[in-house]
Amino acid sequence: MSEDILGTAENWLRAGERVALATVVETWGSSPRPAGSMLAVTDSGRLEGSVSGGCIEGAVAEVAREVMREGTPRLLDFGISDEQAWEVGLACGGKLKVFVERLG
Amino acid sequence: MTPETLARLQAARASGAPVALLTRLSDGAQRLFPEDEVLGALADVAREAMEADRAGPATVEGESWFVQPHNPPLRLVIIGAVHVAQHLAPLGAAMGFAVTVVDPRRAFATGERFPGVSLVHEWPDEALDTLRPDARTAIVTLTHDPKLDDPALETALRSPCFYIGALGSKRTHAKRVDRLRAAGLTEEDIARIAAPVGLDIGAVTAPEIALSVIAQVVARRRGR
Repeated sequence: MSEDILGTAENWLRAGERVALATVVETWGSSPRPAGSMLAVTDSGRLEGSVSGGCIEGAVAEVAREVMREGTPRLLDFGISDEQAWEVGLACGGKLKVFVERLG
Repeated sequence: MTPETLARLQAARASGAPVALLTRLSDGAQRLFPEDEVLGALADVAREAMEADRAGPATVEGESWFVQPHNPPLRLVIIGAVHVAQHLAPLGAAMGFAVTVVDPRRAFATGERFPGVSLVHEWPDEALDTLRPDARTAIVTLTHDPKLDDPALETALRSPCFYIGALGSKRTHAKRVDRLRAAGLTEEDIARIAAPVGLDIGAVTAPEIALSVIAQVVARRRGR
């Protein structure tokens, strides 16, 4: 009943899926989801959990697919006005960092 | 996360042992605290994060880490396998609580009425002695029956649980307060009881009352 992103992700792994896990590491301003919030993604396109109010999940899922192929974790910045930052903005004006890693 | 780390993390979570997952952001290397040995300063950060139940970044000796506590779920103990309890139990589970329903009346506390919920058929005070409520436990009495609710409240008030709520009107509660005073409880103790239980949303039906109760539990948990 309760949310168990890791449990769901583990079940996907057992079922033979490739899985990546995205976790909110740090937030500034009015980011909707606190540090520790998780989003699990499979290469078949399944999603469970969230790292924002829905603004950046698509972009994170794209990176997650690369991460699950390459195996190298990535640290993503969102909403930060920096040339290195991801183009996707947050409507709320919040900023956050998301760590994406391959699971299993 | 390596398969080994995932397996160890999941095993710790299943056993109810509080742990923290420490991730080095430069390369994704991970440690599971307290099982793995980590630098003293990082261990301090992990302990604080577990205590506060709050994830966050930390810089230790020039390295950036992310510290994510995995504490056992909060507990919600419901006294009385009544109609409101049937709606409060799934709402509690949805909020992430491990829910236990206590009622010695076996006709009420049945698996059919409470699918998937942990049921205890003991008297509430005995059940609470066994459950040992801690600072991560909320207790709600719903029976309306002083023989069941009062011993539960007396036991709950001697525990460090973070929320105690008791169903009943203002009049019912006034009588209850008299009985608890007579039982030797102080005004300070009695003031811990949320009564009439729940946030005032004008709740009428059992599901609405359950909603007002779980909202109040969440508010208390979040310091409101």
